[in-house]
Amino acid sequence: MAILVDENTKLVVQGITGRDGSFHTLQMMEYGTAVVAGVTPGKGGQTFEGSEGASVPIFNSMDEAVSETGANASAVYVPPAFAASAVEEAADAGVSLVVAITEGVPVQDMARAHAFARDHGARVLGPNCPGVISPGKAKVGIIPGNIVTPGPVGVISRSGTLTYEAVIHLTNAGIGQTTCLGIGGDPLIGTNFVDALEVFAGDAETEAIVMIGEIGGTDEQEAAQWVNEHLEIPVVGFIAGQTAPPGRRMGHAGAIISGSSGTAEEKMKAFEENGIAVAKRPADIVDLIQGALSR
Amino acid sequence: MNIHEYQAKEILCANGIPVPPGEVATTPEEAVALAEQYGGTVVVKAQVHSGGRGKAGGVKLATTTAEVREHAEKILGMTISGLTVEKILITPAEDIDTEAYVGILMDRGFQAATFIVSAEGGIDIEQIAHTDPDAIRKLTVDPRYGLMDHQPYWLANSLYSEPRLVKQAAKIIHQLYNAFTSSGASMIEINPLITTSSGEVKAIDAKMSIDDSELFRHPELVGYRDLSAEPVAETKAREASLSYVKLDGNVGCCVNGAGLAMATMDLVKYYGGEPANFLDIGGSSNPEKVVSALKIITSDSNVKVILFNIFGGITRGDDVARGIVEATKRIDIHVPIVIRLTGTNEKEGLDILGEAGFSAFSSMDEVVERAVEIVNAG
Repeated sequence: MAILVDENTKLVVQGITGRDGSFHTLQMMEYGTAVVAGVTPGKGGQTFEGSEGASVPIFNSMDEAVSETGANASAVYVPPAFAASAVEEAADAGVSLVVAITEGVPVQDMARAHAFARDHGARVLGPNCPGVISPGKAKVGIIPGNIVTPGPVGVISRSGTLTYEAVIHLTNAGIGQTTCLGIGGDPLIGTNFVDALEVFAGDAETEAIVMIGEIGGTDEQEAAQWVNEHLEIPVVGFIAGQTAPPGRRMGHAGAIISGSSGTAEEKMKAFEENGIAVAKRPADIVDLIQGALSR
Repeated sequence: MNIHEYQAKEILCANGIPVPPGEVATTPEEAVALAEQYGGTVVVKAQVHSGGRGKAGGVKLATTTAEVREHAEKILGMTISGLTVEKILITPAEDIDTEAYVGILMDRGFQAATFIVSAEGGIDIEQIAHTDPDAIRKLTVDPRYGLMDHQPYWLANSLYSEPRLVKQAAKIIHQLYNAFTSSGASMIEINPLITTSSGEVKAIDAKMSIDDSELFRHPELVGYRDLSAEPVAETKAREASLSYVKLDGNVGCCVNGAGLAMATMDLVKYYGGEPANFLDIGGSSNPEKVVSALKIITSDSNVKVILFNIFGGITRGDDVARGIVEATKRIDIHVPIVIRLTGTNEKEGLDILGEAGFSAFSSMDEVVERAVEIVNAG
């Protein structure tokens, strides 16, 4: 099994004709994801040509794309000014998963989009996230397909490239993954650590979880407590930003230590207090996961 | 983007919130002229992006022009939390009866704008939350409905008992919400919101942050950015759409992705080095960005080695490789460069680097260890 995306995922790409949208659509198709439609307003009726002769119809709106193709998930690659609207349009069209890759979406726009998506029963992943990949089944987003391999470990991360860093260590050590997902580096994200852990808890094949957090907010602390109270499988954690100075935003809009709150130290302590083994560096995740799996 | 008190007050004032008059001075002479114009007692207030200005001696009452000059001379040029005071706000002193706190921010948990108010103002709200949580009233605004008319009253009722004060405060709370949404703010804090003995409610201090992602919608606010409050390299980085934070070490870091950039800094420290900076070249990078990044890193004379840690996702390895090659042709780089490049378009990237005589590591531990080794050997 896997979570969020698998062989039954039928994907629409919003912003399929843009530089990033088109590049990553090809990558998703090459990985085996069923990309059934693209949306770019004004380009309805055209087609997106994949490799090996595969052709994807382009629609003007999500409504048409979903009713014509029966798509059940969307990936958002549209520019920041229109990204929240794209999320709302996807939720309105009835897809159950919206993966918002775009970085720099105004936070107030996302407050409304998240509320709208909740009301319409759509799960939002992101924004400002790398997406999700279930090795050997499907990928939605930008996680490189060649770094993952099927297996028993679930990976959840607030970061993009740091997720890849953790995953490649696992893969090189012969430890595969059920699903790897990046929840996004923004202050307001649709799926937080606890939400993602809840979904993993329902997946019989996930035997251990790697949780990669960073400075800012209290999401990791709440997740640590949830793990302690609800989760039966072991969790290994890593926190980025141990050397980050307070009060400075470290790239991600959500990565800022305010006052004494949101430090790496505080998060690592919360992990340890709740039975989560803490890796000092990404490479150490392997030993800790091996230990957890053999228990 | 943090803005100054006087700028925040301009925005509050434009939204109808009663704010005492006030103007900014950059010299003691200007300060004296403003004080004479207002007459009576004035407050001289340091304009820096930092809390605790009062405690640091950056806020002073002055009853005579001699005092205004004395305080202005002392405060201008003063350092508060590492920031030099270049501007002071001169504002008439208010006759303060009570002090309350009214703030609004984007709450991560509720995923919506949330008000925090307390009748105990004038001090740090985090401290009140800690010592007397019952003195705080919170309200999350449902983005589906916006702020409804009865809600500001519910908040204001916890601040005052007198109806005429409640009415004024409720109006201010509504105006504050309008200021928050119309300026794309992520936080506005009025502390204190005062009442005067004649029964007026006014905002006499304000702090405000604008969501950087909203700035494209608010060209009028871009000018509020105080370039003197940040290192030149950080301004240049922002203009090139890079995130850069200068630190004190000597290992210059150039990484794609904020999380990996932080983890790279941490690993430099783990192997016994000190990072010179945080730098995220961002997602869809073009070669030009790498050129800008290298210029910024090499402008820091502490940097003894440049460490690239690139794990392609949306960033393509060949773009970064082209950028590195291009940059080394265009700018004189006198320190060694060590590179780790893997992920999307890795092979194309390694080929480009190889042709230009660069080699690359495939693991993050190897490249960081090598960088620290170079620094320690030098």
